[in-house]
Amino acid sequence: MNEQEFRQQVADWMASHLTGRFACLKHRGGPGDEEAYPALRKEWEQELAAGGWVGLGWPREHGGRDLPLALQLAFHEEYVRAGGPGRIGHIGETLMAPTLIALGTPEQQRRFLPGIREGREYWAQGYSEPGAGSDLAAITTRCWQDEDGRWRLQGQKVWTSLAHESEWVFVVARSTPGSVGREGLSFLLVPLAQPGIEIHPIRQMTGEAEFNSVFFDGAVTEADCIVGKPGEGWKVAMALLGFERGVSTLGQQMHFTHELQLVVDVARANGAARDPAIRQRIADAWVGLQGLRYNGLRMLEEDTSSTKVRPEALIYKYAWSNWHRELGQLAMDVIGVAGDVRSDDDAVRRLQQVFFFSRADTIYAGTNEIQLNIISERGLGMPRG
Amino acid sequence: MNLTLSDEQRALQETAADFLAAHTNARKEADADAELWSRIVELGWAAVQVPEDFDGLGLGPVELVLLMEEMGRRLARTPFLANVVLAQTALLQAGTAEAQQRALAALAYGERTATLILGPGVNAEPASLTVKARRDGDAWVLAGEAAQVLDDGLLTHAYVAARIEEAPGVALFEVAADAAGLTRAPLDVFDLTRPQARWVFNDVRVGGEARVDDAARVLAGLARTRVLAALQLAAEQVGGAAQCLQLAVDYTKERVQFGKPVATFQAVKHRVAEMMVRMETARSTVRGVAARLAEGGLDDAELGAEVAAARVQATEAYRYCAQEAIQLHGGVGFTWEYDPQMHFKRAQWASQWFGPTRDWREALAAHLLDAA
Repeated sequence: MNEQEFRQQVADWMASHLTGRFACLKHRGGPGDEEAYPALRKEWEQELAAGGWVGLGWPREHGGRDLPLALQLAFHEEYVRAGGPGRIGHIGETLMAPTLIALGTPEQQRRFLPGIREGREYWAQGYSEPGAGSDLAAITTRCWQDEDGRWRLQGQKVWTSLAHESEWVFVVARSTPGSVGREGLSFLLVPLAQPGIEIHPIRQMTGEAEFNSVFFDGAVTEADCIVGKPGEGWKVAMALLGFERGVSTLGQQMHFTHELQLVVDVARANGAARDPAIRQRIADAWVGLQGLRYNGLRMLEEDTSSTKVRPEALIYKYAWSNWHRELGQLAMDVIGVAGDVRSDDDAVRRLQQVFFFSRADTIYAGTNEIQLNIISERGLGMPRG
Repeated sequence: MNLTLSDEQRALQETAADFLAAHTNARKEADADAELWSRIVELGWAAVQVPEDFDGLGLGPVELVLLMEEMGRRLARTPFLANVVLAQTALLQAGTAEAQQRALAALAYGERTATLILGPGVNAEPASLTVKARRDGDAWVLAGEAAQVLDDGLLTHAYVAARIEEAPGVALFEVAADAAGLTRAPLDVFDLTRPQARWVFNDVRVGGEARVDDAARVLAGLARTRVLAALQLAAEQVGGAAQCLQLAVDYTKERVQFGKPVATFQAVKHRVAEMMVRMETARSTVRGVAARLAEGGLDDAELGAEVAAARVQATEAYRYCAQEAIQLHGGVGFTWEYDPQMHFKRAQWASQWFGPTRDWREALAAHLLDAA
């Protein structure tokens, strides 16, 4: 199937399914809006799954469609273009599943992949801790095995998005007592509904609470709920992050295009479009978006030598997050004093969310400062200090 | 759209990189220029975008972009920009079939070397043109002055956009560089790798056949020439920015202070990383727009917007990287001996020619905000 036909297929499906009771989900549930309609969004995940739109890039033997990267990207773009809501299932689909497919046992694959693919089981990510942010290897959450082999956990994870809406969390915890840094960690799969786990929402600057603290107090999981061997947790955790910068990241450009269009619409409506300084900044925002777009397309280039550093991939997170943060500021400058008031207008409200929530973009998944370290060390061979 | 380079494109890029690293004349006297230019012509680079119907190689914007990046990296002083990117493109976009037949192969294989004269800084707006032409029987007489022309002394010809009384108000003339009544005065420029001269047309008389434009498309063709050339200039800027980054990385790894290479300091690492982000983003856009152009199907408004993005990014990236390269070299960055100063001058030159970024941004804003 060619890309044009595939895009049309996605667009047709979205037009005929994102209607009726799902219509209220249009453009909802993205970053800064994760609290919108969680129950209905889970039903939407099942609708998507039934339509065959989950696991597009997974191999066929795991129930996927094995589509090439270009078509996966096309799906994400058409999904967003049609106003598809933020995906509650994305941590499972784009992080957990690829990790299990690459590093899990056949038993784990049989057990967990169907729940993800069918939109029945949702996942949260347990990496960061109060004392382990940029220095992720400073993890202190402990895990150990009981005599019957079951794993137990003690400690605290933080910034765990969607934990309160999920069935499972994957956790990196220290299994070798006294170990430090990247050694002695293990990667566990832990059910969230149990007496040993408490989930506390964190109220963020937007007023909403999309993230949580997750407390483990003797929490338990089965002996075979470990990916890789004990002590290999860092390797598994990093492999998972490699999937994070994949195709779903590229799909978000369509969100950015939509948001910039909202800025343009507001500027035209309220007269800001006549201000020469605003005009220059809106042009700049579009220029930056083109940079992200072409950079993303370059990431899809065939990789002729897998060992080669891919500069476009290395710079991508830093580039998009800073662009997005600036877009948020531009949006509020265009809106003017009306920006002080929570808007009833969906478009303006979305831009207000971008302004506040984009402050987090340059912090999560590697702060600006960490990104620049990585770029300089891996991309330019600058020595570690 | 596919941004993957073909094996042939990669080979061209590698050849260009190796050749220019060994043979650039950026630090040499001007008497080395003719030799370098003739070798570049022998390599076929001046024939890259000339269609096969005119005995060229029939390749496209992607190949040109790769060559321009490498030339920008090494600050090669050649008529390539004037002769290929400007003069050839103007003939392709605005010339008659006869003029193309007569001149393109000559421009591709070194029999003739030309520049293009538009308004100051390569402005295609008719009101900006400073040379006028009037009919004299079958001939034309050109009068006026072009204050700053890309002219390194190797030129044999120029294509001069002049205002005329009759419609469409502008015509393109082919003028020999040694024509009677024409004076060329080299200018004392800061960027020695991009020589300029002042051209005075003191009633320069040319035959009727010297008018080479297709009147039906001369205005749109010259406007399009400027846009297409700006994309290639952006590629050259990216190459320059990449070299500034390389210079900064190499130097900071060598330079020891407080007992260790300054490259180990985070304050330094973050600055080179920021240079890389801006340069690579601009490179993605320039290459992407070139690939899109090669695919075809862009109308003038889309082309203008796409090139504006490339041009703004490349301009900002090159200026930033040149400035940072000086800073990261410390004291020697301010000296004549080290290369950052040459890029700093080229970056400034390139930021003003082909239109400053504020004009490209305003054109984009009009496209985004003022449409019906």
